[in-house]
Order: sequence, then C-alpha cells, then structure tokens
Amino acid sequence: MEPDRPLPQPITPEAKPYWDGLKEGKLMLPRCGDCQHTFFYPRVLCPRCRSRKIGWIQASGKGRLHAFGIGHQSFNKAFKMPPPYVLAMVELEEGPRMMSNLVNVTPDPKSIACDMPVEVVFHKLTDDHTVPLFQPAKGAAR
Amino acid sequence: MNELRNAACIVGVDESDEIGVLPGKSQLSLHLEAITNAVRDAGLKVGDVDGIFTAGQHSPALLGEALGVTPRYVDGTSVGGTSFIIMVEHAVAALHHGLCNVAVISHGESGRSQVGVTRARDTALTGQYEIPYGYGAAPTQFALITTRHMHEYGTALEQWAQVAVSTRQWAALHPKAMFKKPITVQDVLSARPVIYPFTLLNICLVTDGGGAVVLTRPDRARDCAKKPVWVRGTGEGTEHVSVTQMKKLTFSEATRISGERAFAMAGLSHRDVNHIMLYDAFTSGPPIMLESLGLAKPGEGVHFFQDGRSTPGGTLPINTNGGGLSYTHTGMYGIFPILEATRQLRGECGPRQVPNVKVSLVNGMGGMLSAAGTLLLSNET
Repeated sequence: MEPDRPLPQPITPEAKPYWDGLKEGKLMLPRCGDCQHTFFYPRVLCPRCRSRKIGWIQASGKGRLHAFGIGHQSFNKAFKMPPPYVLAMVELEEGPRMMSNLVNVTPDPKSIACDMPVEVVFHKLTDDHTVPLFQPAKGAAR
Repeated sequence: MNELRNAACIVGVDESDEIGVLPGKSQLSLHLEAITNAVRDAGLKVGDVDGIFTAGQHSPALLGEALGVTPRYVDGTSVGGTSFIIMVEHAVAALHHGLCNVAVISHGESGRSQVGVTRARDTALTGQYEIPYGYGAAPTQFALITTRHMHEYGTALEQWAQVAVSTRQWAALHPKAMFKKPITVQDVLSARPVIYPFTLLNICLVTDGGGAVVLTRPDRARDCAKKPVWVRGTGEGTEHVSVTQMKKLTFSEATRISGERAFAMAGLSHRDVNHIMLYDAFTSGPPIMLESLGLAKPGEGVHFFQDGRSTPGGTLPINTNGGGLSYTHTGMYGIFPILEATRQLRGECGPRQVPNVKVSLVNGMGGMLSAAGTLLLSNET
C-alpha cells in the first residue's frame, strides 16, 4: 500500500536504533549513561551534561498531549492524511517531547485537550519505515 | 557592552521600488532596488558602502558583486527572519571597531512569485522527526505554541483576533500596505480555517519585496541627508530550532535574553518605550513576544491589544506599518520593522505618525521564536 505520508529521511546514523526499534514495535529513546537524562531527538552527546556516553531505553509509549493543531489543508504534498487531521506534540512519560499525529480521535477542539493522556500506536509505512503515532489512552481518566 | 550604546546610527532606510505581488522582478533585483533606495535616502552613494550584511538565499558576496562594490566586511548570519534585526547589532560592533564605515543590511525575497530563487532547505532533522507527520510551513509549528498558550492561560481566539484587527487599522493608514479594508474580530474568527487555532486572518501575508537599512558612525551620520536615528541598545540570542526543544513552549528564551541586553545597553527601562514593532507572522506572536520581553506578565500580552491601546491614537502603538499581517510579509520579514521604527522616529509617517515618539522597540523572531533580535532606537542620545 502506498504510504500515507512522506517517509522519514534521511535516517541519520545516530538515530538508527530509534528507527530500528520502531520496526519491532518498540519506542526507543536515547539516554545519557552519565547523568541518566532521557532526551529526544537522538544525538551523539547528552544535551544536559554533554557526555558522549549515550545508551538506549525502551519507552512506555505513554505520555500527554502537550500541544496540538488541527490541519484543514495539507502543508506538504506527500502528506495524505485527509483534513482535518491532528498535529500533535507529545510529552512522553520519560520526559522528552516529540512531534506526531493524534489519531483515533474526532479532529475537533472540543474532543482534544492539552495534557490529555495518550499512548503510542505503531504505523508501518514500508518494511523499512515505521512511525510512532498517538491515540487517546485507553481507559485513562481525563 | 555599554560602549556600543549610540556607537552607530541608522541613516538610510527604504523598500524596493515596489512591494506586494511582483512576478516581473527577481529576488536579486529586489535587493538591489532596496539598497540603492536606502543609500539614496541616506544621501550617500553605493560606492560608499564597504560593509554588506544579508540573510536568505543570496550571499553578501553576490550582493557586492552585483552592486560593483568590494566590501571589506561581510555578514551572512542566517537564523530566520529576524537575522536583519540581529545584523544591526553586528553592524554597530563592526562600525565601532572601524571594520567598515558604511554598513548596509539588505533583504530581497520573491516569497510569493518565486522569481530567481533556489529551493534548498536543511531537512536533516525535520525530514526524520517532523515532515512525516505533516509539519512543514510555519503555521504547523506556531499552532502548537498557540494552543498551549490557550491551555495554560485561558487565552481566547477573540483575543488573538484583536491583534489582527489592531494591525489592520494601522495598515489602512499606510500607502504601501497590501490590505487596508477594516476587519472585525468576527471577520477573523469566521475566515477560512487553515490550521486550528488559526484562520487565514491570523496568518501573515506572502509577498514579494525588499528592504535595506544603512548605518554609519555618528561623525559621518551628521553629514547624511536626514536626522540620524540612534541605535541605543541591541541584543540577540537563539534557543532552539524545533519547538519540541523549547524549555517552555509558550515563552521564548531567545527573546528574553535579547531584550535584557538591549535594555541594559541602552540604559532604558520598559516605561521609556513609546512605540513597538514586533514580528507578526501570526497573531499570537506579538503577545508572546511582549511576555518574553517582560513587558507583559505571562499570559497577559494580549491585553496590550485590547481597548484600543495598540491602535492609532492608542497609548502604546504597536506595528504601525500594518505588520506582516496586513502590510507585507516576504518570508523573512525582519527588515521591515526597522524601516518603520526609523520613519516613526524621523516623523515621516504622515497620517500614521505616532506623536512625540522618542524610543522605539523593535523585536523580531527567527523561525518559531527560535532566534530573536531586539533593538532600542531613539531620535535622541
């Protein structure tokens, strides 16, 4: 099936464990081996203590919707989610924030609130590319 | 740092021959028109220019070549649309140290018609972490900042809309503004939805145009055509590129640090400011800039646009050129607020002239509140 969105590219070497994890249904995050700071996006040093000792942890996939926008048109040609769709910034339980889409929700500001609990869903695009999307957390108290 | 206070003056400003929708002009032509016009405004000759500052797709070397001058100081800092505001600080420092004598900061952008442009963007990170989710154009990122502000402070859509209404009132008084017809809060709310929380009228124009600013040291400024505008204080900074990396999504650290230095250098307090130019790519930008500068308490920036405070005849006029929302927005808008502040301080603004303006604050953002530059300009030392 034709991917519904631009493929992530270029996948940079320092981010390979992140993208490899997604293919296996795991949300992996870089974590500093010295100060234990978990951060995103992957880079070769810790943005808090500048250590070069970077390891990886598997995130719970849970977090909160930090902020959102509801797109009424497409802003890039290869992005084919039909409007209205939800642009999401998620703050993961482990701390870092990342961009994504909120799916399985009515794309209306009445149904969406900042800080609502969300959970990851893995969205396979090709055999080599899976992206993390988020949906309202099941059974979570609002 | 304080030795830079009043170390240089703005002596010339102008747009390209036209601004707006210009399918018949290349981006380079817009630069060259703006430079020649601004140099003429200063009463100088293009051959006097020995410092060239520009951001965007064309390098300062190309502008030198096209102008037929050989600059001995160049700066191509490119941190988004505020780069030209930041370059005022760089030009002041270069002039003060004698690295050049006449500095020109130039902007030319065929943002709408795309004539003579190259499309190459740095996508190393956005290609992995943002573009696959539909992020791209600036509204996709600024919408996030704006919904978070609404969540934290209860800011209402009507309050953002008031920024567009106020700015349009000023545009009505500016002969070069693209949109002059008055609008209401209801017009803004009921305009075509682009990306919640923004309708079309919450988002800046996309135009073609150029602008340039000429600076020199005070000794030489006295011989220029017009009364000098003093650069009393400057500041700059950057915090992030992706909004995911902001310490706090609703507050710009870059803006804060740029403002703190500008006020300290100028020896001025917030109360001294009687005219404000803020980079309004979106209606939510100016209120958040006022909060980040410390002029407004967190969440209260929108109050500056209520009850006619910011409008013609108001107590603290803001964006008196009609802003990126109604006058022009080529893409990298930052040169234009400097033009307007200079003209206001010279008393050249006709029906939109702010009475008794002494100190003008210019603040611009690059990217999504990522980079910032602040200027405190005055018609007196």
